[in-house]
Amino acid sequence: MKSLEDLKKIREAAQNKMTMRMDDEQKYRVVVGMATCGIAAGARPVLNAIVEEVAKAKLPVTVLQTGCIGMCTLEPIVEVFDRDEHKTTYVLVDAKKAKDIVLRHLMHDEVIDEYTVGKYKK
Amino acid sequence: MERIQVLVCAGTGCTIGNSGELIDAFKTEIKSMGLEKEVSVLRTGCLGLCGVGPNVSIYPDNIIYKSVKVEDVKEIVMEHFYKGRPVHRLMLNESDESTNEVHDINKTKFYEKQKRIALHNCGVIDPENIHEYIAKDGYFALGKVLTEMQPQEVVDVIKASGLRGRGGGGFPTGLKWQFALNEPGNEKYVICNADEGDPGAFMDRSILEGNPHSVIEAMEIAGYAIGANYGYIYIRAEYPIAVERLKHAIAQAKELGLLGENIFGSGFNFDLEIRLGAGAFVCGEETALIQSIEGERGMPKPKPPFPAHKGVWGKPTIINNVETYANVAQIIMNGADWFKSIGTETSTGTKVFALGGKITNTGLVEVPMGTTLREVIYEIGGGCPNRKQFKAVQTGGPSGGCLTEKQLDTPIGFDELVKLGSMMGSGGMIVLDEDNCMVDVARFYMDFIVDESCGKCSPCRIGTKRMLELLEDICEGRGTMETLDELELLASTIKDTALCGLGQSAPNPVLSTISQFRDEYIAHIVDKKCPAGVCKALLSYEIDEDKCRKCGLCARQCPANAIDGILGKVPYHIDQEKCIKCGNCLKACHFGVITRK
Repeated sequence: MKSLEDLKKIREAAQNKMTMRMDDEQKYRVVVGMATCGIAAGARPVLNAIVEEVAKAKLPVTVLQTGCIGMCTLEPIVEVFDRDEHKTTYVLVDAKKAKDIVLRHLMHDEVIDEYTVGKYKK
Repeated sequence: MERIQVLVCAGTGCTIGNSGELIDAFKTEIKSMGLEKEVSVLRTGCLGLCGVGPNVSIYPDNIIYKSVKVEDVKEIVMEHFYKGRPVHRLMLNESDESTNEVHDINKTKFYEKQKRIALHNCGVIDPENIHEYIAKDGYFALGKVLTEMQPQEVVDVIKASGLRGRGGGGFPTGLKWQFALNEPGNEKYVICNADEGDPGAFMDRSILEGNPHSVIEAMEIAGYAIGANYGYIYIRAEYPIAVERLKHAIAQAKELGLLGENIFGSGFNFDLEIRLGAGAFVCGEETALIQSIEGERGMPKPKPPFPAHKGVWGKPTIINNVETYANVAQIIMNGADWFKSIGTETSTGTKVFALGGKITNTGLVEVPMGTTLREVIYEIGGGCPNRKQFKAVQTGGPSGGCLTEKQLDTPIGFDELVKLGSMMGSGGMIVLDEDNCMVDVARFYMDFIVDESCGKCSPCRIGTKRMLELLEDICEGRGTMETLDELELLASTIKDTALCGLGQSAPNPVLSTISQFRDEYIAHIVDKKCPAGVCKALLSYEIDEDKCRKCGLCARQCPANAIDGILGKVPYHIDQEKCIKCGNCLKACHFGVITRK
């Protein structure tokens, strides 16, 4: 070990592999419905897309999964909680919409109205 | 892309509970579900709740599963990792029954009042991966010390933090370092005392198993502070997992140049060696430990000279305990004021305790100094199991004493416990309930001391043996009131005359039980009864022959054929000569007609 700079480089590389175990405060908590209904409707690619985009941009966001939320016809459902536990529910999400959610909501704090459950019309 | 990390505890407790197979089972099951890119499995150190191990911690959910068996793995992988439904029946986290919402693990009773400083990385990082330690700011304290601070400044920070030795004595660590720094010469040594010998204590082992680099880093900092370039870790061979992790950690640190020559380009060199002890209790005493490192028989020497003046190989040496070292890097990183803000005025920081005995949550807890014993035993520990009545808590191992219900509201601190006739010790906390006989407890510790006395000085070699004989007399009904007086006289003589700390403190368990539970001693001596029903020589089992239903169950359970009677005709009767007082008949009788007296 030649200098502190070397150690810092090692730290940064190591932290990227264990972001979910760091104590940093998280800005958002994203929950993807992964019950049978969710998986059947395509929740797995959605979950993977979100995990990937969040990691790529190193966002302070925790990505979790949950069981059936109760609106099976609207799956895949993605819920975004902010620090005050305010919830935004996005419905009928696909991988493309998921990327939008990461880019616009998680990165730039913009709620994407047209994807939310409130805007959903039969 | 990885989205879940599974951390399986690989401490000694959970390894005994088969956590090794659990890791394999998780890997196989995850692979068969095709999740190997999304879920990774790692091993980690102690999470604290050793009584319900093996424990498995899941990130980012921060859920801990307890008592996980290989059979449960399929359900966890399928339900939790694939479908996102945490398995409630295995969860340590409390959850809301109506909404199924899982509460934060740090809000459970076990964790809520804890503060983890010495144990801070245990259960969070993989102890065999130095990169994970570095990710948690590991070795940055060493970097700061070597590049920005003078040795005296380092000692000043440790002094200002108020850190006191966690091995039992509570001597101010900074002062010890100052003495060694003041010594002239450029050959000095740093020793880590990992010879954890108190029955029931396992915090040092868990730190070494869960976070070995924290000790290595601190020893280097100590080396820089006092001007030493070589260190020894004295650890007992009966801690194989800890030894293995340490060896691994030392090798990794050397590979990255964090141990060796010219560390951080500062010109500071440091190397470390592990010395295995054979497990003698007396080798935890610093002068005996030094003898053992030098290859001599582990026997204490009179002090002075103190090790800071003349230690290993006759050179200035500092000896600190594992847990003491585990605090050092954090103090350097966060500052002395931060450390002082935790705990009490005279005892700063936290203390790790190994909770054992008659307690619901057996395991490792770390609380700020000043927390009361009641909080530790009832809130964190969950009290005595099976609705038994709490009787006492033994702290400080064979050098400590017992504290009763009345004293439970005492805030934990070095001086507070000594005032009550016990001591902090290394942190063993053994809870005793109504079924424990206090004379028997005193006898147990004295038996331990007699075994472990090195035999160098006569007060300890002969005196403790005589004390044990007197205690055995009392337990077996031969004691008189004079025995009690003799015991007290002998105890105070040994305290005053023994050579080392082991002997000087050996009578403590006896003195403290006599002062707190004198009536129990008297019951043994005068009434020839053991109120807790432990001392077999003072017990007798009897069958109420008028009420006996003549079923013969008791006779069938008796291993000594001491019960006579005829099935359905003649009531049963215990032959007191043959009876070995095992108590099987009492448990066997469905009608409650057998009594223990």
